[in-house]
Amino acid sequence: MAKTLQIEHVFKVFGDQPERALELARKGMSKQEIVGLTGQSIGVFDASFTIEAGEIFVVMGLSGSGKSTLVRLLNRLIEPTAGRILVDGDDINAYSDARLREFRRKDISMVFQSFALLPHMTVLDNVALGLELDGVGKARRLAQAHAALTQVGLEVWARAYPDELSGGMQQRVGLARALAADPAILLMDEAFSALDPIIRTDMQDELLRLQQEKRRTIVFISHDLDEAMRIGDRIAIMKDGQVVQVGTPEEILRRPADAYVRNFIRGVDAAAVFKAGDIARKTQVEVSESPTRGCRPALKRLQDQDRDWGYVVSPDHRYLGTVSGDSLREALHGHEGPLGLAHAFVPDIQAVPAATPIHELIGAIAQSHAPLPVVAEDGRLLGTISKNTLLKFLDRTTDADGNPLPTATAEPSAHPAPMAAEPA
Amino acid sequence: MSDPATDPWSAAAQATPATPASGADPWSAATNPVDPAALATQANPYNTPPPDAGGDAWLQGASSAAGSGADAAAQGGAGFIHTAPPTDHGFALHQLWDGSLPVQDWINRGLDWLVLHFRPFFHALRGPVDALLGGVEAALQYPPTLVMVGLLSLIAWQLAGGALGLATLVSLLVVAMLGIWPEAMVTLSLVLTSLLFCVIIGLPLGIWLARSDRAQRIVRPVLDAMQTTPAFVYLVPVVMLFGIGNVPGVIVTIIFALPPLVRLTNLGIRQVRPDLVEAAKAYGASPWQLLTKVQLPLAMPSIMAGINQSLMLSLSMVVIASMIAVGGLGLMVLRGIGRLDMGLATVGGLGIVILAIILDRVTQTMGQPRRDQSVRWFMRGPVGLVWRLMRGRQAPAGQPVAQAAASKARPAAARTQPGTARPAAQAGG
Repeated sequence: MAKTLQIEHVFKVFGDQPERALELARKGMSKQEIVGLTGQSIGVFDASFTIEAGEIFVVMGLSGSGKSTLVRLLNRLIEPTAGRILVDGDDINAYSDARLREFRRKDISMVFQSFALLPHMTVLDNVALGLELDGVGKARRLAQAHAALTQVGLEVWARAYPDELSGGMQQRVGLARALAADPAILLMDEAFSALDPIIRTDMQDELLRLQQEKRRTIVFISHDLDEAMRIGDRIAIMKDGQVVQVGTPEEILRRPADAYVRNFIRGVDAAAVFKAGDIARKTQVEVSESPTRGCRPALKRLQDQDRDWGYVVSPDHRYLGTVSGDSLREALHGHEGPLGLAHAFVPDIQAVPAATPIHELIGAIAQSHAPLPVVAEDGRLLGTISKNTLLKFLDRTTDADGNPLPTATAEPSAHPAPMAAEPA
Repeated sequence: MSDPATDPWSAAAQATPATPASGADPWSAATNPVDPAALATQANPYNTPPPDAGGDAWLQGASSAAGSGADAAAQGGAGFIHTAPPTDHGFALHQLWDGSLPVQDWINRGLDWLVLHFRPFFHALRGPVDALLGGVEAALQYPPTLVMVGLLSLIAWQLAGGALGLATLVSLLVVAMLGIWPEAMVTLSLVLTSLLFCVIIGLPLGIWLARSDRAQRIVRPVLDAMQTTPAFVYLVPVVMLFGIGNVPGVIVTIIFALPPLVRLTNLGIRQVRPDLVEAAKAYGASPWQLLTKVQLPLAMPSIMAGINQSLMLSLSMVVIASMIAVGGLGLMVLRGIGRLDMGLATVGGLGIVILAIILDRVTQTMGQPRRDQSVRWFMRGPVGLVWRLMRGRQAPAGQPVAQAAASKARPAAARTQPGTARPAAQAGG
């Protein structure tokens, strides 16, 4: 049902001599140089990427970066100067006018920043707009529109007019209008940017809920990186009409392609994006539980390595419990012979699932005296998060791995993320 | 037009002997701008009777037109063109700046040529206008005065609400009491016919201008000219091409009243929010759907303002049009001026003002967007009264009232409290 969108070397030049600007662009001139030489403004500059079926793909960028132009190329509200846009392999730029209208009515719909509801129509008629343009009979289109309105929880307001609704509700109507014809592709042009922060979060949840009910290919334009990180399966970052980087939110935070992206993501709330598993480090002592070993060798190991805590795992690497030098000594006190590690477990240390967002962990880590163990879904110990690790992560002058960031003007260094290489 | 009291030409002819100093006659005034010879000879028109030039030839031609038809009028018109001073037809370069360029002569010759070759074409144009005008006029004048007063008031009530209906009733009764009802109906038919043609021409033209910047660049100066050129300038060529009577009156009125409708239609469509146009396109609207479902409805207040302005300008042309044998209130004013009969002129003027105010208020009210969909047009006004009576007879009494109440309560409740609106909506739906 959902469709794949392929964007291949798409250019958009605004002006009367697009060919000349394209020629200069192919020679490697920058957008500013071309504007200076020819007066042609480049909206989109050699964009190439694929939007997979059923994903939420966020296009990010500052105003003027060409993201709104890019999204309008996808339903041909703007015609590209060069390049191809394929929807499930179909080149939409080859469509006739009639076929294009058919495509817009049935397969692709759009939500606008300004809501763009028709003020002379009721909410229900607005939602039914696409169906009405498609020539669907009145009874059927109103029923379908009513269903779409119910999906966003506004069925009571069907007979009201758009200006009687608050901004958030108007955008819900805009969303219902986009959903009414049950399209495979949803374009959202800064759809939530005009809303209050709280309403915006509500709407993002709404969108994620709708996406879970039925997967559509959603292209979401935004200038708010937190929003992009929150809802995006993948993110493309645009600058001056060029796509600078495409990747998952983690990839972009972890390995920004250049100084621009790094600057861009500086303000993002990384704690909401990253999960416990992303920052867990294997820097602590791991002790395997086995019949031949017990508390005494474990205590010796801790003392030799001068560590306070040991994390006990089964031979297949599953997390069992945490011991400390004190708990081991206490268990061994007055005891002869080998003693199982289970007797020395520190009671109040809870393992954290790897999928927990970091901002939910801050309290637990602050209160715990030991670094918290992080376990995968199958129970394997992934590593631990110490207070130190967390503070480094939250410090915006270091990257997600705790390494100091290069200054914004420095050349981007492609540094691999070093896992478990850092002393505590 | 056989009744001598309403025949403007016999009336004009009567008016002429009443004012022996024919320099004060409006007909010669009409010829002044186009006839420099007449202008020169009438340096002091109130004291010296004009010689045989322009004015008289014109009057003779015009008065004979009443009997023998429009051809005579054109001959008369053509006759006075030939009285223009002979000019040197050769063209020298120095004429470009020394002011002796024979533009007047060129225009006269051009018009001459046009009249000679295209009169049948322009006369053919008269047909449909004449038929429509005659129909409207007959329809307005056929019913007895009081029936018509009631009918028009009911229409005003339906279109613009009860208060305006009542005001219309009172105003029209005043018109009837002033004894100018037939004249008012002639004027009304003229104005409404002009308006109809203005809408037929102006609406598509305005839409075209809104879609094409090039068209707008070309047509705008034409509209400027139509609005600012004194009516007297095109009165003469219109008469020469179409003859005299109500039809050229309608055409002259259209020339004057068309521009605001075109401009405001153009403006209204251009001012539709671009994001709404974009949204309609994004949902697959064809150009026709875009126009009918988005642009025209949203431009409607502006278009109605244009129609309102066209109506007002048509009414302001009534007196000038009466100079080319258009009957009605304008002729009363003209006759009043000619006879220095202030009473007659004032009564005619009062009729025009009353008509203007009624038409203005009704069209203005129609221009305001109405949005309460639960009350459809047929549920309002006198039609609504009949509708309710008929429903009351069909359905058990009280049901339509309850439904109306529910549908009224719904948006009101929904606006304040969505929680409580839910049961109300269920009860209503």
